[in-house]
Amino acid sequence: MNTEASTLKDLDAVRSMIKRHKLNDYIFGAVGLSFIMLILLTLLVLFIDLIIDGYPKLMSWDFFTSFPSRRAASAGLLSALVGSALVMIITFVSAVPMGVAAAIYLEEYAKKNWLSEVIEVNVTNLAAVPSIIYGLLALGLFVYILDFGTSILTAGLTLGLLILPVVIVATREAIRGIPVAIREAAYAVGATKWQVVSQHVVRYATGGILTGVIIGMARAIGETAPVITIGALTFIAFLPPSPVTTSAPFLNFDWLWSGFTVLPIQMFSWLSRPGADFHVNAAAAGAVIIVVTLLMNGIAIRMRYNIRKKIKWQ
Amino acid sequence: MQFKLVQTLSVAAVVAAAFSSPAAFASEKIIKIDGSSTVYPVTEAVAEEFQKATKTKVTVGISGTGGGFKKFCRGETDISGASRPILQKEIDECKANGVQFIELPVAFDAITVVINKKNSFAKKMTVAELKKLWEPAAQGKVKTWKQVNPAWPDSPVALFGPGADSGTFDYFTEAIVGKSKSSRGDFTASEDDNVLVRGVAGNEGGLGYFGYAYYEENKDTLDAVAVIEKEGKPAVLPSKQTIEDGTYQPLARPIFIYVNATSGAFKPHVKAFVDFYLEKGRPLIEEVKYVPLPENDQKAVIAHWKALKPGTGFGGHAEIGVKIQDLLSRIK
Repeated sequence: MNTEASTLKDLDAVRSMIKRHKLNDYIFGAVGLSFIMLILLTLLVLFIDLIIDGYPKLMSWDFFTSFPSRRAASAGLLSALVGSALVMIITFVSAVPMGVAAAIYLEEYAKKNWLSEVIEVNVTNLAAVPSIIYGLLALGLFVYILDFGTSILTAGLTLGLLILPVVIVATREAIRGIPVAIREAAYAVGATKWQVVSQHVVRYATGGILTGVIIGMARAIGETAPVITIGALTFIAFLPPSPVTTSAPFLNFDWLWSGFTVLPIQMFSWLSRPGADFHVNAAAAGAVIIVVTLLMNGIAIRMRYNIRKKIKWQ
Repeated sequence: MQFKLVQTLSVAAVVAAAFSSPAAFASEKIIKIDGSSTVYPVTEAVAEEFQKATKTKVTVGISGTGGGFKKFCRGETDISGASRPILQKEIDECKANGVQFIELPVAFDAITVVINKKNSFAKKMTVAELKKLWEPAAQGKVKTWKQVNPAWPDSPVALFGPGADSGTFDYFTEAIVGKSKSSRGDFTASEDDNVLVRGVAGNEGGLGYFGYAYYEENKDTLDAVAVIEKEGKPAVLPSKQTIEDGTYQPLARPIFIYVNATSGAFKPHVKAFVDFYLEKGRPLIEEVKYVPLPENDQKAVIAHWKALKPGTGFGGHAEIGVKIQDLLSRIK
């Protein structure tokens, strides 16, 4: 009788505890959701505001096929779009292979000693260095010492340096996420270290690596400060020489040395104009930058999904 | 294996080709211009029309007057825009690199002092009053309009101006306070003039200064202050006419382009561009809300350019209210 009552009492206590914990869960969920909604809503409001302000420009195809101009009505984004795209190619080519290789080395090959620790601390810190510092470094190294001039090559390499730590950190995280069992299984059937790394670890980590690469690239495409420091142009009404030619060898690298402008610089220069009509252009350019970033993220998510689907853990 | 080797070699060849010739681009006919953001709208307009007319490629950057001179004196650009005369240390740097320059005033800008539309008492201000408001000694002390002029109300002043890197800041402080870069520090500074426009428009006690073009575009939200140069002189509002006839003093200033003398003499496309700038630039200058030089001065500048006379008429420091023709005649 007595014991039965106390069991019931205990049971009640347990039930109320569960209830309380469920309430806590619920509250945390609600708080978390409201935070994420707040962030999304802010972004959405900004984005919609840009679209509304820039609507007349976004709706005209001319905006995407015209060069900068003193007249807001005829000013367009063409040289900035092409400039941003070419700079991003160089950034990708310079930062991704190097970053992934560095991460693999640090994760798989480097001996754990004071040197590797120093490197590790430095890589993490580099990710937090203000971008203007990279601009100054690039001005001294690429523009003056190596004499690359204020070219697409310089800008691409600068932004490549800027996102290198991001790529390295993300790749290392991705590699760490691969279960030890996979490596052990590969070693067990006699694979060499390189085979384990190239055929298993990196392959399975590709999704995570891609995420890091895209986060880095999305950061790079919106950067203004370092590109201005190395001397990006504001008015350039011609396109760099085409990378593809009709005669052998069909590839032309003169564009690497060409002057350029990029999307955020065009936006900034329009925003600081006296006339209100230029502010419409600036808003439209802002919307274009956001769309390009979203597209890049979307592609990355899609690729990651496809890659993860292909991997069968058996 | 063989195939891989060929592949590797071809990649190496392509990479080598890509990195071999930075000069390839430079040798193409491109006119490189950089410099002041104040001169930029004019240069951009001229560059746009020139490129349409002649198919010569022109690029224009905005590094600021000082940043532009750094590149110019290293011989990296053909032309540099400047909203103030070249300074002694920049002249020295040019000299060290063997760069000679031709100084050409191209238009006038008027630094315009603006107040809020609701402000009805400070429509006219003397230079002395402006000085009282902006001099370094005013920092933290002069906070109300009454402190500037006893006849004005005891309401707070909110000051807006360009940052210390700006040529407008240099010129304004030189003209009003008497010493370049000498200003109180407790004002809202922004390199973006639209921020200043919004600041003054949104603040009843607001007062700010920036280039005339920004006032032209925002006339309906701001009022310009008529400036009295000295006691006994009339109050003058900035306008095309008062800038041209020299009565808007001391805040009307010439803006310049500096042309690399070697480029100007030996590169036909650079020469053609400067000719175009000086001869066909007038309507473009008006279109972007700057004031062209008076006809006579314009002729003198063209003659000066044709004679390719290098050097500066300022001797390495800023000078307020100097006449264009006097300036040109100083360069022998």
